[in-house]
Amino acid sequence: MKIGVIVFPGSNCDHDAFYAASHNLGQPAEFIWHDSDSLGDVDAVILPGGFSYGDYLRCGAIAKFSPVMRAVRRFAKDGGLVLGVCNGFQILVESGLLPGALIRNRSLKFICRELRLRAGATDSPFTNAAPPGAELRMPIAHGEGCYFADERTLDELEAEDRVAFRYVDNANGSLRDIAGVLSRERNVMGMMPHPERATEPLMGSSDGLVVFQSMIRAAARV
Amino acid sequence: MTTEAMTPELIAQHQLTPDEYAKIVAILGREPSYTELGIFSVMWSEHCSYKSSRLHLKKLPTRGKAVVQGPGENAGIVDIGGGYVAAFKIESHNHPSFIEPFQGAATGVGGILRDIFTMGARPIAVMDSLRFGRVDEGANAPRNRRIVSGVVSGIAHYGNCFGVPTVGGECIFEPCYDGNPLVNVFALGVCRKEEIFYAKAAGVGNPVIYVGSRTGRDGIHGASMASAEFTEESKQKRPNVQVGDPFMEKLLLEACLEAMRTGAIVGIQDMGAAGLTCSTCEMGSRGEVGIEIELDRVPQRATGMTPYEIMLSESQERMLLVADKGREEEVFRVFRKWGLEAVEIGVVTGDGKLRVKHHGAVVAEIPNRELADEAPLYDRPHTQPPRSAPNPASLPAGDVQAALPKLLASTDLCSKRWIWEQYDYQVRTNTVAGPERTDAAIVRIKETGVSLAMALDGNQRYSYLDPREGAKLAVAECCRNLATVGALPIAATNCLNFGNPERPEIMAQLVEAIEGIAEACQFFETPITGGNVSLYNETLGEGIYPTPVLGIVGMMKTAEPVGIAFRNAGRSVMLLGGIGGCNETDFGGTQYVKAMLGGLWGVPPALDMDRERRVHDAIREILAAGLAESAHDLSDGGLAVALAECSFGPAGIGAQIDLDSDLRPEFLCFHEAPSRILLSTARPQRVAEIAARLRLEAPVLGVTIEKGIEIRQCSMTLGAWEISSLKSSYSQALETYVR
Repeated sequence: MKIGVIVFPGSNCDHDAFYAASHNLGQPAEFIWHDSDSLGDVDAVILPGGFSYGDYLRCGAIAKFSPVMRAVRRFAKDGGLVLGVCNGFQILVESGLLPGALIRNRSLKFICRELRLRAGATDSPFTNAAPPGAELRMPIAHGEGCYFADERTLDELEAEDRVAFRYVDNANGSLRDIAGVLSRERNVMGMMPHPERATEPLMGSSDGLVVFQSMIRAAARV
Repeated sequence: MTTEAMTPELIAQHQLTPDEYAKIVAILGREPSYTELGIFSVMWSEHCSYKSSRLHLKKLPTRGKAVVQGPGENAGIVDIGGGYVAAFKIESHNHPSFIEPFQGAATGVGGILRDIFTMGARPIAVMDSLRFGRVDEGANAPRNRRIVSGVVSGIAHYGNCFGVPTVGGECIFEPCYDGNPLVNVFALGVCRKEEIFYAKAAGVGNPVIYVGSRTGRDGIHGASMASAEFTEESKQKRPNVQVGDPFMEKLLLEACLEAMRTGAIVGIQDMGAAGLTCSTCEMGSRGEVGIEIELDRVPQRATGMTPYEIMLSESQERMLLVADKGREEEVFRVFRKWGLEAVEIGVVTGDGKLRVKHHGAVVAEIPNRELADEAPLYDRPHTQPPRSAPNPASLPAGDVQAALPKLLASTDLCSKRWIWEQYDYQVRTNTVAGPERTDAAIVRIKETGVSLAMALDGNQRYSYLDPREGAKLAVAECCRNLATVGALPIAATNCLNFGNPERPEIMAQLVEAIEGIAEACQFFETPITGGNVSLYNETLGEGIYPTPVLGIVGMMKTAEPVGIAFRNAGRSVMLLGGIGGCNETDFGGTQYVKAMLGGLWGVPPALDMDRERRVHDAIREILAAGLAESAHDLSDGGLAVALAECSFGPAGIGAQIDLDSDLRPEFLCFHEAPSRILLSTARPQRVAEIAARLRLEAPVLGVTIEKGIEIRQCSMTLGAWEISSLKSSYSQALETYVR
């Protein structure tokens, strides 16, 4: 599976996503600069964590206008796999590719902490390798990661089995413990925890591998 | 050049003495212009010129096997093998952090990060050493809480956005920092050895290029502000504090590293303290060339700025570089890609002078070398450091059972989780050990299989009681922290925070601390490769305790480290280095005396450096042989506090120990003698053999157990505790104080 890692000028987890994909998962990977209007021949894209364009306004509010996001939208529409992590999730939500919003953590403080989560839906391209019900350990590192949506949207997400991950330890106040959500077509997923930071024992956990392994499995099926 | 009347008042306002002014006139052969006066005043400020400390800083050891670049550049550089080097340094941003905590601390982080990447190294770790006034009680607690909150948010804001992990540090509270908090930031970066860049101009005719943020009126006289005591008027200096833009810094980082790879850059320096003035004259001086700039070309964010203001502005996120003539476009192309404004503002000349033009007219013309390197040098009188009170008439009997919970919930000893969770300590996925998991932070170098361990240490109470011994103890503790994770220390940086050096007793503290650092760094083979001196840390005549902070870097193989926490029950608990001795006099600086008795007296505990080094050698050997399951050095709070911390791990394993000693119970449990490491092992015999070979005691104190902590003395119970209750007060204390 060839993975494209989108690089906004303020991305700072781009190298980490690249390293996890190429070194720890042995997949071909390449960086895609924010002003390119094509994603080339990649099978999946990752929107990494960071501060896209500084994010002094709402996180991801400017990124949604970038040229590369037009390409990402087309790619998603054509069924391509799009994973947004942290700032990537915020950008996907701002771009309207995923429902809801990410507001400031309830504590109003940035939190960097390893948390326990569980895969909600397990029949998705991002969670199919997750053992049902198993607790996964992955870190969060964000100031605006509290998932928020109206009741109807939340009900709909649950009814359509689109909650990809739920916190066991809900540190940011997310509604219904939601840590990650899927698009209706299930090929776009955003999550606040960092799977790329949990891809080898030296990082403290390898549980993030399931996200990438699921994607590899899904891509192989196509 | 227009001349303004140089009145004694104007000269004094620029914090220049009549003698210093006479020297300026001698250098120039005429009266300076107003702009020139401003330029001299910042370059010859204490902050930029180290005029009070330079004479003594020469005593520090600066050479060693691993040292590639010692003091004098933007950061020190050491060889870390595999073709890679590490650039690192510590800097203070104390004065701005008091005036405007958030931006003061944020720009402190920004400044040190630029010092690292201006050398070609990508920053991969930050640590900070913080000192505040009391937040738990006292009239100033509300203000101090605000300062703590602001400083921590400022560091988080800048480091998190920039994308560098903040992997460790220390934070201590004393009333002496009430009006004068200390914010010392350490940063470390890596690059390939052949990729190092220096802040040196060369090549007559080469273009001088300005890149980054526009120049505004912010931060004018920041360096001079940092070189004076605080008074009631200091609040009015808020405009002197700069505003940080970490996103701009991130762009500068990426663009500069990419531009460096074109091979078209000759030299580069960030614009930090004293801004454009400092970067031009220092680059010129190092390269023994002149630099001529035209201020009309400097990107400006305010209209009508005078040459004086442009030269002295400390607007953040700006770099100055010299490129190869004819290859400018290669450099500009990279900056354009990153959306940065880069402008050719001048040229390298052969006359050794800094020549500043404004609308085509020369407004300043000063020889670079005299300006940058021949600042006044003072051998300030130093008498004896002030010593503390004598021992109290009688010491009340201690209650170990009650004291341990109280100590663990005290501001200095409690968990600093509330602080470090606000920092992204993992970004770049190199953090092998972040805060509070081990005694030193560990960051791996993915390319080489080597990891760097790093620690910051300082003990202002000991330094107050005896600046020389306090400084030596800080070096020893830092090296011990590194040894406890299995690393070999290779080099050091220091941040010297002191009061007004014009007072002979304060100057004496500075001299003794430097000599102590010199002696210990020589002994432990950790040369000082750079650092920072922050003087005039006084508010309304009240000086801080002398606070030398050491940052030491060590090397180790990349592997899962042994942590502080006990992992299995039924293991032997051993104290490498032995229980040690203590008396009333050297108990006076301990955390026990501070938290339980509110006192400070006596002298620091004695340090036997030779024995200390044998302890380091022993623990490294024990760890290399895989004999220890946990290891934690004894420092603030002594044995009982260390034992509790070892019991706070995820496994919830505690210990039962029985101490064979006739010391007073509170001495036994809480004294802070150095050279001791608490470890748990399944192979006590092998550990004992290694210790014995190195002529060290290593008594087995007891055993790890499933539940609880118990300390006995000669079979009599001094205290027994549930881990969960100790741990919850330890973990939650800070939040309750600062909220």
